[in-house]
Amino acid sequence: MLGFVARRLLYLLPVLVAVSLLTFLIASLLPGDLAYVILGDQATPEKVAALRHDMGLDQPIWWRYLSWLGHVLEGDFGRSFRTGQTVLQAVSERLPVSLELMFFAEFIGLAIGVPVAIACAVRSGSAFDRFMTGSAFGMLSVPTFLSAILLIYLFAVELRWLPATGYVPFGEDPVANLRFIVLPALTLALAEWPGIMRVLRSDMIATLQEDYIALAKAKGLKASRILFVHALKPSSLTLITITGINIGRLIGGALIVETIFALPGIGRLLVGAIYTRDLIILQGVVLFVAGGFVVMNFVVDMLYAVLDPRIRHGHA
Amino acid sequence: MATLELGIDEGDVVRPAGRTRRLGPLFWAAVGWTVFILAAAALASLLPLPSPTDMDMLERRAPMSLEHWLGTDGLGRDELARLIYGARISLTVGLCAPVIGVAIGGALGMLAGYFRGRFESLVVGSMDVLLAFPPLILALAVTAFLGQSLLNLTCILGVLGIPAFMRVARAATLTLARREFVIAAQALGATHARILLRELLPNVFLPLLAFFLLGVAVTIVVEGALSFLGLGVPPPISSWGSMIGEGRESLEIAPRLAFIPAIAMFLTVLSFNLIGDTLRALTDPRQGAL
Amino acid sequence: MTEAALLSVEDVSVDLPTPRGNLRAVDHVDLTVGAGRTLGIVGESGCGKTMLSRAVLQLLPKKAKLSGRVMFDGQDLVRLDRERLRKLRGRSLAVVFQDPMTSLNPVLTIGTQLIETLQEHLELDGAAAKRRSTELLAAVGIPAPEQRLAQYPHQLSGGMRQRVAIAIALSCEPKLLIADEPTTALDVTIQAQILDLLAREQRRRHMAMIIITHDLGVVAGRTDEVAVMYAGRVVERAPTPLLFKNMHMPYTQALLAAIPRIDAAPHTPLPAISGRPPDPTRPLQGCSFAPRCRFAAGLCHREKPVLTAAESPGHQFACFHPILAPAPAGVSA
Repeated sequence: MLGFVARRLLYLLPVLVAVSLLTFLIASLLPGDLAYVILGDQATPEKVAALRHDMGLDQPIWWRYLSWLGHVLEGDFGRSFRTGQTVLQAVSERLPVSLELMFFAEFIGLAIGVPVAIACAVRSGSAFDRFMTGSAFGMLSVPTFLSAILLIYLFAVELRWLPATGYVPFGEDPVANLRFIVLPALTLALAEWPGIMRVLRSDMIATLQEDYIALAKAKGLKASRILFVHALKPSSLTLITITGINIGRLIGGALIVETIFALPGIGRLLVGAIYTRDLIILQGVVLFVAGGFVVMNFVVDMLYAVLDPRIRHGHA
Repeated sequence: MATLELGIDEGDVVRPAGRTRRLGPLFWAAVGWTVFILAAAALASLLPLPSPTDMDMLERRAPMSLEHWLGTDGLGRDELARLIYGARISLTVGLCAPVIGVAIGGALGMLAGYFRGRFESLVVGSMDVLLAFPPLILALAVTAFLGQSLLNLTCILGVLGIPAFMRVARAATLTLARREFVIAAQALGATHARILLRELLPNVFLPLLAFFLLGVAVTIVVEGALSFLGLGVPPPISSWGSMIGEGRESLEIAPRLAFIPAIAMFLTVLSFNLIGDTLRALTDPRQGAL
Repeated sequence: MTEAALLSVEDVSVDLPTPRGNLRAVDHVDLTVGAGRTLGIVGESGCGKTMLSRAVLQLLPKKAKLSGRVMFDGQDLVRLDRERLRKLRGRSLAVVFQDPMTSLNPVLTIGTQLIETLQEHLELDGAAAKRRSTELLAAVGIPAPEQRLAQYPHQLSGGMRQRVAIAIALSCEPKLLIADEPTTALDVTIQAQILDLLAREQRRRHMAMIIITHDLGVVAGRTDEVAVMYAGRVVERAPTPLLFKNMHMPYTQALLAAIPRIDAAPHTPLPAISGRPPDPTRPLQGCSFAPRCRFAAGLCHREKPVLTAAESPGHQFACFHPILAPAPAGVSA
């Protein structure tokens, strides 16, 4: 088991290094002299040159990369010249919002997708199955921002049950917090459930045809046990993968929803950084997000091994 | 829990629903819509439409009428004309960006799958790294720093599609490169180029085409999302996405301004998805079809 | 037989709709098994023996149509409601499938798969179930049974896995055990052990058993009665020693001759039966075996023979040209 973990870690490291390199290169190669941007209308050639020297911008690129990487490994991701906040501070402020959104979105997506998938797998081929599969396919063609508009129109404009934008931290007012998070989470969930449902459904249909399910029936076990213990567990591998990848993707990909619903999350932080040309924040946060994605994939791999004992023992 | 009917379908071939009639009425409806919208966009200037940029301040947000079939928007511009000219933009970006992806990604994938070894590891590894980045952020960064323009947008969306096409091409090549006709060609002394172009490309073409259509759907959505936020196509050019974004302001008064382009986008994306998906089911080389 | 039959299959037919037409997998089959007795069902692949076992267990595919009655312990399983059927299965009626690699759930431990049956039917608590599981594993000859409970199927050898499957089947003291090709997927060296295990447990528990196999050698000496199936029908039925001594159906004789003999000279060609079983979607007029039978004559191609009684009680066969002479010496039962 340890060998398995070690081997995976070994693959993880070069990828993380490559990610950091690419992030740095992109940020550095974007046009617009950083010093000019910082000084704004106070820029004179002497001041620009002095600032560049101060910030180490006149050093060769490989030196700057290594210097930046060195700081990162010490935990210093840099400091925004706009707000004065360090990257870590900005991220830790915004991260809970994004995490809350991601968590609810994935949770609702699973709450819709898993039961539908199981129901379809058990009634495979029926009219219900065909209808739900068709709906899932159709739903995949609805862009997130369209669902957002639809939900806002329905719940905020017409019914006036929920607010369209805004955010309140959970600690301050749990009820209000949930009211603000419902529509954005639901928007994302509508995009998540079809993928979850399709994968789990086809997996379960295959599993239900296995001999061990026939034997479980022949043993006279309850249908619920056969479904949830015997059939769901082998099928859950793919489900875990999908969920893990979705969560990894959602970290950076929820920015549309965050912008539409005015949630102060990581996505909006990034958009803001792009606008204000705050390259330090941009670089740091992108590294964080991309790195998080890679780590998430690693965690998914580990979960695989926990769930399928064959992989643990190197058999599958 | 009520006892469920857990039948063991031994003799049944389980086909995913929606594919039991491969080229059913839904497929042809999708083709029909696609042809229609492409034709409308292409022939926009020939159609008897009012200009999409003429503002009529007296007729702002007018309801549907004989003069303005779909009414007017917040600045008095004819909605139908805007819809069709918007289709032009959305479809142009939607079709051109994946071309970049398929050309570069497809080539890389074929080469990786054919030559294997370190080159393949390098290609696959780089794609994995690229995929770790949130694509929207990259798109935003590029358009923000290099300037918002149709060309920049198309290019960056094209580049973002490269990993997906690389994967498809590589997977198809890996399955095919082991088949007898390739080994036979090699035995006959054919050069790599000849094998790649004559033997492999025709067979990789169809799966790539299927993915290309799916890529068109995705691109329309991504462009739409960016334009919706005002960060995609530069004003005054408007695509469906920007129309929806503008329509958002009028949700209380005239919701159709957002929903009409939304429906058009949805139908178009759905059609491309349906056609691409059907094609993919028919031409997946792993299933030995074709 | 003085005891009432535990299992009585009465005029059972199974039809499966397929794209190529209706498939008659089982054609008007009658069978009985008395309590504590063993029945062997022998036939080639595709003769309907597996479908028959599924019909008894009421585990047919969704689209299958079953006609007839399956009387088990006085109840008609076909008409029984689902909940009562579920309570019977695993408790009074148990099954062992052919391939233990696919019939045991790969992601659940051996212990779980044993204990869940015990908890479902016998309502044992966790500790008692665990004890009983260990006893069962020991009874089927698995060394170090406590450790096995936490192991997964892929960690055991094929023979051991089948022993586990047998333990699961025996766990609730069933009245009838159906073993569907229990040794086909196993090494030849293990086959005899597994068959002996089944026979021993059957005697000890006074359990009725049905062994389904394609190999006549498997049923010899281990069953009380044998039914030979071909193309969905029972073509010969007799108490086992009688069958081997006095077989009447040419098909049965051909089956027996096809068993490799250990004392045959090297390179003796196996007298395999030429031809193939008929396509079940296109039933033949006349005897199904006729195209492959060396005794086939005019009537055989026109009419289906029905089971008629032979000279001894309990011996039936369906043939117009039965072999009436006793089997040659050297064929042991």
